[in-house]
This record gives sequence, C-alpha cells and structure tokens, in this order.
Amino acid sequence: MSTDVTEAAPPNRGRRRRYSQLSFKDKVWLCLMVGVPTVIHIVFVWVPAIATIILSFTKWDGIKLGSWNAVGFKNYWAIFTIFDSKFFPALFNNLVLLIFLSVCSLVGILLAYLLDKGVRGSRIYQSIYYFPVVLSLAVVGFIWKSVMFSQSQGLLNVGRTKPIDFVGDSHKLFVFHLPFLDTPLGLSKNFAALLIAMAWRHIGYVMVLYLAGLKSVDPSLREASSIDGCNEWQTFRQVVFPVMKPINVVVLVITVIEALRAFDIIVALKEPIGTSVLGVLVKNNLVGEGGGQVGLGSAYGVILLLLCLGFIIWYLINNYREQDP
Amino acid sequence: MSTTTLTTVRRKPGYSRFFRILTYTFLTGVALAWLVPVVGAVYASFRPYSETQKKGIFSWPSKLSFSNYTNAWKQGGMGGVHGTFANTAFIVLPSIVLILLLSSMMAFAVSRFTWRFNVTLLLIFTAGNLLPAQVIFKPLFTMFQHIPWPNFLSDSDSGDLLGTKIAVIIIHVAFQTGFCTFVLSNYMKTIPKELNEAALVDGASVPRQFFQIILPLCRPALAALATLEFTWLYNDFFWAVVLLNQGSQRPITSSIANLGGQFFSNDNLIAAASMIIAMPTLAVYLAMQKQFISGLTLGASKG
Repeated sequence: MSTDVTEAAPPNRGRRRRYSQLSFKDKVWLCLMVGVPTVIHIVFVWVPAIATIILSFTKWDGIKLGSWNAVGFKNYWAIFTIFDSKFFPALFNNLVLLIFLSVCSLVGILLAYLLDKGVRGSRIYQSIYYFPVVLSLAVVGFIWKSVMFSQSQGLLNVGRTKPIDFVGDSHKLFVFHLPFLDTPLGLSKNFAALLIAMAWRHIGYVMVLYLAGLKSVDPSLREASSIDGCNEWQTFRQVVFPVMKPINVVVLVITVIEALRAFDIIVALKEPIGTSVLGVLVKNNLVGEGGGQVGLGSAYGVILLLLCLGFIIWYLINNYREQDP
Repeated sequence: MSTTTLTTVRRKPGYSRFFRILTYTFLTGVALAWLVPVVGAVYASFRPYSETQKKGIFSWPSKLSFSNYTNAWKQGGMGGVHGTFANTAFIVLPSIVLILLLSSMMAFAVSRFTWRFNVTLLLIFTAGNLLPAQVIFKPLFTMFQHIPWPNFLSDSDSGDLLGTKIAVIIIHVAFQTGFCTFVLSNYMKTIPKELNEAALVDGASVPRQFFQIILPLCRPALAALATLEFTWLYNDFFWAVVLLNQGSQRPITSSIANLGGQFFSNDNLIAAASMIIAMPTLAVYLAMQKQFISGLTLGASKG
C-alpha cells in the first residue's frame, strides 16, 4: 500500500505525485492502523463467508478437517427438490416478513412525518415509539409471549371465551398451491402473531431514522413548494421524499436485511412449528440435532447470502457513488 | 380583522383543526398501544402466577411483591462473579473498547490520508457488517476449534478458543468494526484538513495527530457509537448461543433462552426476567437518548 499524502486530491493523481511528507515511522504507524483492523475483519468475516460458499459444494459432517467431498451442485439440487417442504415455507415466511416490515416502515415514516410537523410533546411520543428498539428481539419475544400471547392470562386473550394459543397454533391463515410445488404455502397463525411483536420494534426504528432525516430537510424547500401551490401530499411526494433519498435507501436496506436475517425471536421462543425462516434452517443444519449436514446448511446460507447481497451492493453503490470517482 | 384574513390565507380553519385532532388521537393511540406490552409485563411481574392464572393480568391485584424478581435473579443465575450479568460485562465492555479503538484508527487512516485502496477498504468493511451472521458461523466455529488457547486463560477446558468468551469478543470486534469505521470516517471527514496540515508542519507524528488532535474531536461520535454498540452487543443473541454451548457461560440476553424451560411456563417469572434483562439498555437509552439517536443517524446519512 502506498502512503502518499495528497490531501483532497483525486486518487488518480496520487500516482503521479509520489512525494511523501511522512517519515518511515509514520508510514509504519499508518500501515498498522489500517492493517490490524483490516486483517481482523477479513479473517473473521470474509474468509468464513467465502469458506461457506466453498463448503456449500461439498458433503461434510463438520467434525474432521479434510474429510469433505466435493459434490457439485447436489446440495442446491436437494434443497429445491427433496427439501422443498422445508425450504419454500421458510422462504415464504421471509417473504411475508419482508412485505409486512415494508408496511411497518411506511407506518414509521407516517409517524415521523406527523411528529415532524411540530406536534406538542413530540419528544415524549418519540421516546415511547422508540424504546422497544433498545430491547433485544429475544426479550421482545418473551415479553409478548408471557404478557400478550399467553393462552391462560395474556392481554390479547382478555374476554375471549376460547383463548387463542398465539405462539403454538400453527394452523394456516391462508393456503395456496404453486403448480411446481408439492408443499402448500401459507401463513401460519403463530407466525402472524410473531409479526406483530416484530412490528412493535421495527416501526420505532424506522421512525427515528426518518425523523432525523426530515429535520435536516431545508425548510425553504417546503415553503417554495407551498407557494407554488402544492398541497401537503404533493409537497411530500415530490419535494421532501426525493430529497430524503439517502435515508430512503437506508430504511429500505434495513427493512430487507432485517426480514432476511430474522432469527432471534424465533429461536428464543423455541422455534414453534410453522415459523421457520431461512436463518433458522441454516442454523439447524449446522448445529444441534440436525447438525452435521454442513454442505446442506452452507447451501442454505449461500442462498440467504445471495438474497442479501443484491441489496448490500445496491446500498453500497448509493453510498459511495459520490466518493468513488 | 387582520387575524381572520391570516387564517383564511393559511387554510380553512375547521379543516386543519380536524386534522390536528386526528393527528393527536392517532399519535396518542399508537403510543398507548406501544406501552401496553411493557406496562403489562411490569404489572404481571409483581403478581403471583397463581393469581393471574385465575383472574388474568387485566384484573385488580390482591398481592404485589418482588418475589418474581428475586426468583428470576436466583434461578436465572444472574448475580455473582460467574453469573450471566458478569458474563455480559466481560464480553461487552472489552469489545466496545476494542471496536472503538480499531475503527477509529482505521477511520483516521482512510479519511485523513489519501490511499489508493481507501474506498475499496471502506466498501469491504461496510458490506461485511451487513452479512447475515448465519452465513459465516460454521467456518468460524471450525476456525475457533482449531486455534489453541491455554485453559488457564479461559473458562472452558477444551484447549481451544471455541466456547470461550474471547471467541465471542473476537467476532463482535470483527463484525462491528465495519459499522463503526463507516460512521467514524464520515465524521472525521467533517473535521477541517488544515488541522492535520498544521500538526504536520509542527512536526507532530502520525500517532500524535491521531491521539491528541483527531480523537478528542471525535468524542461526540465515539460517545454515540459506544451507546449504540452497548445495546447491540448486550442484546446479541446469536453469537452467544452458537459459540458458547455451556449455559452457565452465556451472557444475560441469550440465557433467557434457557429460562423458558427452567421456569416451566411461569409467565410472570419470565416477565420479571425480561424486565431485569431490559433494565440496563433501557437505562442507557433514557440517560443517553441524544447520543443514541445521533449514533443511528450518523450511520444512516453520510456525514
């Protein structure tokens, strides 16, 4: 790595201006400052990620090093054919979660917009909407399970003559068949219940991000658009929303990544039947009773990774376009 | 006269008043709905299980006590030097220090000096932070299994890193450094370059520029990140569950997974345990609300 100090110069020029104001010792320091975090990050995050991709093309019991056999695309084939009764319902749950959290994001944006209009006591509202975000999803799951969902005493069962088993009931709310699939897809009742608990946490998160963005919008923009005769919705849709693009991107990426990474709340509640998602499938093939199917688990992981990666790349392009000439 | 013209210019008064009332009703309604689970949990946690079983949580209490809390504390093994709270402290505090140190060094080097690989490195770091944890854990697991680690430095007796708190610290540091570098480099870009130039002219070395000039200026960002990272690491569930297989070693948040079984389904005990676990992050949030939110927004928008 070169260490030319060409401040604020476009990187291309660094090649020509190769003089350096730094002493040898300073260069060593800088190399360490960049090197140590980079090595740690790459060794413990990227190397395992790449290893997972490689392992997804093998069969391995996960115990003895070197005992893996290359099997090509067999694991992927198995997932889409033999294990489709596990894979597609989990994928479908992720999809439902994604759609649901997107709606939650819109609610969060609406709350932020209303709070931004100079509501009295907006700080208090803000604190109340936001506080579930500081709780872990596992704790959120337990609070909802014991207080809201509980069959015998839950607040959502108050006044019901036939209490609902929110966490245990895996009956489907709706079912449909896809022509190429044997397994019917559908949303089970307990997953729907978990969605509500997740919304509790997600809406506040989006609200805070969006509110901060709204506050940074130049007020003269709104003034100008209202003088030009826009109504409130037109002002938001055509002036404020486009200006908020960086925040919109962040909110979208957070929504997608949260929907794909969902894990904690389901595992903490002992993985009720019908609530499986991709993250849980990956874990179950790698550790615990179903463990030892490293190839298969890794293939699930790679599918999850590919789903995330598109959005990660899109996010990065949006973030670094201005910086990267 | 003049006031009436003003209002008519602004908007039809009845119309906007209607919307104001609607707005307040909506906001208050949502806020009340948001409080129900937590208020319910607090209320349930002070009442004996047998009573709420009979009457439901939504009833007048005949007995209030702390016994659920003391039981949760004892049965959950939360207190003491080897309790789950101590485990959390042992993992979270060193992690935060290391994360902030490494990421501020990295951010300093990439934001104050022009390197050829600046943007590439930042891309790698930011992308790494967004990877799903499930995707990387098996190779990591195997890796830790094959890194020898003396037993007297850990609380496991396997002779390797797997199952030690050090392993959890390492992965937290590796993962979170990505996010913090991203935030801090954005923050450092807003500090005028002239400061560095002046320091350079005065002959200050790189470490001196870093520790005595840039780092003190980053205090707000560091405080914001420290609060944010505290809640994130405190709330970590996944890594502690997969890397620490002995329940007694687990930090507080992931130990809740065992509580369900231990307490049968004593919902009030679980509510009390949830409240105990939620307390530290809620306290940090209430005390450091400003830092907390600025940390999130620093990460969301570029500097």
